[in-house]
Amino acid sequence: MTTAHQPNAILVLEVDGAGAHPAAWRLDNQTPDSVLDAQQIAKAVLAAESAGFHAVSIEDSRLAPGSGPGARLDAIQRAAFLGPLTHSIGLIPVADSIYTEPFHLSTQLSALDGVSAGRAGWIVSAGGTAAEGAAVGREAVTAGELPGEVADVLEASRRLWDSWEDGAVIKDVATGRYLDRSKVHYADFVGKRFSVKGSSISPRPIQGQIPVFAAEPLDADSDAILIGAPDLDGLLAAAQGNSFPGIRIAELDFVLDHAGEPAADRVEALDGWEPWHSPRARFTGTATDFTDYLLELLGHVGGVRLHPAELRKDAQEFAALVLPALRLAGALKPIRTGNTLRETLGLPAARNRFAAS
Amino acid sequence: MSTRNQPKNLLRLGVFFQGVNSGTVWKTPEAGSQTDFESFRRLIQTAERGIFSAFFLGEGLRLREHLGQIHDLDVAGRPDAQTLLAALAAVTNRIGLVATQNTTYNDPADMAHRLASLDLISGGRAAWNIVTTDNAWTGANFRRGGYLDHADRYTHAEAFVATAKRIWDSWGREDIAANGSQSAWFAGNAPKPVEHTGKHYNISYTSRLPRSAQIRPVLFQAGDSAEGRDFAARQADVIFSAHGGLEAAKVFRADITARTLKAGRPASAVKIMPGSEFILAATESEAEEKHRWVREQQIGPQQALAYLEQFWGESLAGLDPEGPLPDFDPKISESDVTRGSGFQGAKAVELTRSWRESAKDQGLNILEFVRGKSGRVGGSFVGSYARVADTLERYAESGAVDGFNITPWLIPSGLDDIVNHLVPELQERGVYPTHYAGDTLRENLGLEDPTDVAPAVTDEDNTRYEVAV
Repeated sequence: MTTAHQPNAILVLEVDGAGAHPAAWRLDNQTPDSVLDAQQIAKAVLAAESAGFHAVSIEDSRLAPGSGPGARLDAIQRAAFLGPLTHSIGLIPVADSIYTEPFHLSTQLSALDGVSAGRAGWIVSAGGTAAEGAAVGREAVTAGELPGEVADVLEASRRLWDSWEDGAVIKDVATGRYLDRSKVHYADFVGKRFSVKGSSISPRPIQGQIPVFAAEPLDADSDAILIGAPDLDGLLAAAQGNSFPGIRIAELDFVLDHAGEPAADRVEALDGWEPWHSPRARFTGTATDFTDYLLELLGHVGGVRLHPAELRKDAQEFAALVLPALRLAGALKPIRTGNTLRETLGLPAARNRFAAS
Repeated sequence: MSTRNQPKNLLRLGVFFQGVNSGTVWKTPEAGSQTDFESFRRLIQTAERGIFSAFFLGEGLRLREHLGQIHDLDVAGRPDAQTLLAALAAVTNRIGLVATQNTTYNDPADMAHRLASLDLISGGRAAWNIVTTDNAWTGANFRRGGYLDHADRYTHAEAFVATAKRIWDSWGREDIAANGSQSAWFAGNAPKPVEHTGKHYNISYTSRLPRSAQIRPVLFQAGDSAEGRDFAARQADVIFSAHGGLEAAKVFRADITARTLKAGRPASAVKIMPGSEFILAATESEAEEKHRWVREQQIGPQQALAYLEQFWGESLAGLDPEGPLPDFDPKISESDVTRGSGFQGAKAVELTRSWRESAKDQGLNILEFVRGKSGRVGGSFVGSYARVADTLERYAESGAVDGFNITPWLIPSGLDDIVNHLVPELQERGVYPTHYAGDTLRENLGLEDPTDVAPAVTDEDNTRYEVAV
């Protein structure tokens, strides 16, 4: 048990598709193919940035969605597209750690950090299912083996990100040397299923180490963990348990009253098309009640990842009514244009494991 | 002589942002970072101002090494190509976005998905420059290691590309519901998995993305061997060639035309753009002076010795860069001490003997000799804006090439003089576009829609694709 403290939290808005509800695309004021329109995605994220969200997360999966829109653009690329268009908001794609080449993944995230001036994050996903493996001709990874595999991928990524020390590029005209090779290291990672020699092909990311978010059972060396529970009380209880040294982010679905229509009616209308099966706790109700709930929750965790039932409507209500109330109550971390995501999260500068101390 | 009234073949320009290796000048204060996003933004926006068709990025899979150590003399470090291009899609409107990507160290379903994603994000402007590798040294960074035999490179690449095309062709926007009241997001049947069983992979993958505004990404290819040329003739839309001289370009065009027709495609289906370098100024003498300066910047004493070391196979640190070439033979038979360079496998003894003769005959020291050897393989255009424009006009009239893929030797300002001075000269001569022809890369390269878009694959058809991916 932890006792509640003065909240100093971050808000992460999930912006995938038309919203978390599988029928959200039906009632959206957009054509069904708008999930493929990068300009529409940018519009939603610019609105989130103006409203004062600290970051957006971008869901992804190696499999075609089982319900809702059948299409999904690569999450790292969506985040990269948003990089030059935004200035303060963190960009946190979900990326699979099990079937992606660790070398490519680390480089892609490093490039995302570059195009966003240091605002990249990474939500590690790890399905390990046979269907995901079949896409790349590999075997399933059992649930018991997933944490170890994630830890290996994370360690390989971190070693690659550190493989160029800051200051490795010297441009020394007198000796003709562009690099100081004593500051470029092999990653030399050997894991259970793969090894990576390194060095990275890219210099160290702007943030040094990109903030990594992982679901609770996969918490190996992540900067933040995502915690969840099936209902609101369960989430409060989970929030009060604390064995993780880093930032804890609560996962939460939400539906708010919108344009005179009560939240419960909105869910009923959506469910009439397709039921909403979600493992996450769900808030359904008024902005005032949601603010009260969040003020309590944020006393125990470092932030929330908010999954709006309908992206445009629920994010808009949240931005208009809940977010200002949380800000006024002093519950949110400050946001400064030009901050890196590490700075926004309050993480210390990342030490390079290869640098002489 | 042609007259100004007749329509002429239009040349197209692409820019290959290589950024690394010895071609990129870094010893001058104007040289900016080749990894900062702002350098990319500046260069691509300049290219778009100059109606360039395409912006290319290379791919790095392992940092270069020389004599067993990280190569420290040349520019090194590059960001992931597709991630960067997705960001550049946000700050450009028409220019094509070309990612060089290796078929050996990527998974077909993954690569097809990421390229389709880039194609949709950019509104139909993506392309894939297909390259192959087979060495275990590069493989040390990847799960599968060095699994591929050299002889299998193109068979593997072709099966990879065929699988990617099937994934891209699985479904289209016409399959998406027109509005939210239809029974499902897919208006028709949901797409079927693309199945493939082969020597290197067994794949079952259902595409998550529809065809793009240009149907699928444009395919570039650069391999120059007979196998590489046949591969391009069967699969590619554009060849990024190494034949920039006018006569060589004509011979190459004739060869590619024959191979393309033999592959059952119209000759116009494959465009040719030689990789090239432009060193331009207002006058001929200024351009010559600039040429000399660029070579001095690219090849200093250390770079000259390192160049020779690749072929001699040992450190030549004791030699005077302003003295003659080594008077002894290499102790290696094939060059391989610089990993990640294009010179692996050159016959060292024969080559270096001929160099020694040639340098002696011309009275060149090491530095002068190596500087004379550098420059783009495809071709260097050195001269005044007007004279180079005249030269390019002859290329346009000859039909030998469809354009050029320019590697700037200076980042990020290396296209400024080309766009500010050469492009208007070409437009005046009627051999260069004055506006973008359309919104997609395919349109802007003058390519037709692909004719081999696969019909929907049924389960029974799967046996047709028993190929060697």
